[in-house]
Amino acid sequence: MEILIQQLFNGLTIGSVYSLVALGLTLVYGILHIPNFAHGALYMMGGYITLTMMTKYGLHYWLAIFVSIVVVGVIGVLMERFVFHPLREAPPIHDKIAAIGILLFLEAFAQFVWGAEFQSMPTPYGQVVEIFGLTFTMQRLLIVISAIVVMILLYLFLKKTFTGSTIIAMSQNREGANLVGINTNKVAMLTFMISGGLAAIAASLSAPINLVFPAMGQLVILKAFVIIILGGMGSVPGAILGGYILGFSESLGATYISNDYKDIIAFVLLVLILSVKPAGLFSKGGH
Amino acid sequence: MSKVQRIAILVLILLAIFFPIISQNDYFIHVMTLSFIWMIGVYGLNLLAGYTGYLSLAHAGFFAIGAYSLGLLTTKAEMNFWPALLLSLVITGIIGFFVGLISLRTKEHFFAIYTLCVGYIIYLVIDKWDSLTEGVRGLIGIPAPANIGPLSFETLQSHYYLVLFFLLLVVLIMYRIVHSLSGRTYIAIRNSEDLAQTIGISTMKNKLTVFVISTVIAGLSGALYASFVRFIGPDIGSIAIVFDFLTYLLVGGIGTLSGPIVGTFLVVVISQRLQFLQDYRMLVFGPVLTLLIIFYPRGIVGAVASWTQKRKASGHQTIMSAKKLPEEQVKEG
Repeated sequence: MEILIQQLFNGLTIGSVYSLVALGLTLVYGILHIPNFAHGALYMMGGYITLTMMTKYGLHYWLAIFVSIVVVGVIGVLMERFVFHPLREAPPIHDKIAAIGILLFLEAFAQFVWGAEFQSMPTPYGQVVEIFGLTFTMQRLLIVISAIVVMILLYLFLKKTFTGSTIIAMSQNREGANLVGINTNKVAMLTFMISGGLAAIAASLSAPINLVFPAMGQLVILKAFVIIILGGMGSVPGAILGGYILGFSESLGATYISNDYKDIIAFVLLVLILSVKPAGLFSKGGH
Repeated sequence: MSKVQRIAILVLILLAIFFPIISQNDYFIHVMTLSFIWMIGVYGLNLLAGYTGYLSLAHAGFFAIGAYSLGLLTTKAEMNFWPALLLSLVITGIIGFFVGLISLRTKEHFFAIYTLCVGYIIYLVIDKWDSLTEGVRGLIGIPAPANIGPLSFETLQSHYYLVLFFLLLVVLIMYRIVHSLSGRTYIAIRNSEDLAQTIGISTMKNKLTVFVISTVIAGLSGALYASFVRFIGPDIGSIAIVFDFLTYLLVGGIGTLSGPIVGTFLVVVISQRLQFLQDYRMLVFGPVLTLLIIFYPRGIVGAVASWTQKRKASGHQTIMSAKKLPEEQVKEG
């Protein structure tokens, strides 16, 4: 029983990270209809920048995360401006390849600047807390709480502010949004900024319990794709729900099925879903 | 095919045949053989992604399946090389058939993501299935191709010719496919699947055929790789390999016949020049990939083709205007 609760909590932690990454991915997909394969590289950059800010410049954890959000957000905006914007009329295969190019570049760049070895990120929240006889590390609790706070803030931003609703409007109908006077270019840049920021938060939160290395984004991004297909491409609540579903099924699968094959669960899940419903779980009929 | 093209192809083939005789450097021959093997794999990807418009990111997986099938059949089952090669192609084809059957129901982004995940599953299975694939230790001691009568493939030079033979065979098959009715059908599917269906093309049947051919060619490339390098590890199924394939294809020209050769050759040669970069070569090729797709989506071959076409068109115009000129003068006169 104790193991089960511990694993459920682990699932909640991993799920929070997955949800944050998937949120960024789904927002970009909603706006531009491109699967951003480079999103994992943004995640990785987020981890490294927070790490450098902490170890090299001695910034406090939260301050380092803030710097990382801004820097990765700007990288996202640059990506939109220089790559995806010129390609907006191109066939869909081009966006994907361009994104892969960025991914390869950023990974090589990280390896060049920070080296290929695995690095661990220090955290001021290493202590262990005991709740109802169960032990949790502070960092894990922090991940869950911060992720939920970020999601609520994002939700309020999208639903309650004017700028936020322009993003939703554009994801519903690009031409329509343009017609009512929304500057679609600005919204696209803003979306990439938020998407990069979310990736940076996710990486900075999870890095202390995992490790920082150039390929750290690869598995996460693959799983994020699984999540947004699970939750419907472009759907915000779907990304959150999907993230937690995957988090739970992975942590339970690792304990009760096989630890070796836990990474495969997500992909088998995806293969099953797409085999039955080729356009994703929540596709709206027709082509 | 124009006369110039015929001569160019003949010269290239002759160059390839005489290369080991001209260059006595074993290292160069080794690099060339490897790049021929990559070219075969890139042709497989080109038929699917370039001509049919389905970007498959699972091809490193099929490359690995080909390589591991050959490796396992020759080392563990101790089969002769040639039946093992044939059997490994059949195995790749069968797996390709079933993967294609399901994955081709999806389109565009979903297909790319689906195949990405399939590729990752193949990689993980190879990595974790210790009892069959030896896991991270990899397969060691894969034998060189067995003799055919008096022909032996023990030396580097003879292996070079073997791989060259398969490359030429694949190019010939590609040429025949692309210039046949099936090739036109595939291009029609790429341009508009709905339209192709409307004019009575069975898109699923055609896509599945392409997918199987393309995976078998990737498998052939993998099997040749295994017998050439003699050692394979799970890394050959990793996503990095499929990104390499894509780089070769994009630089050369996606959806062109000579693209895979031009791209692979150039990138491999430049990589050799940039050896000091080693792991960082993607610092150069990553941006190159992105810039190419923005400015020259059909790669070097596509850029050259459109340039010669333009030149021909403008040349045609000057002739036309030259012809026109006297008439106008007559009118004015």
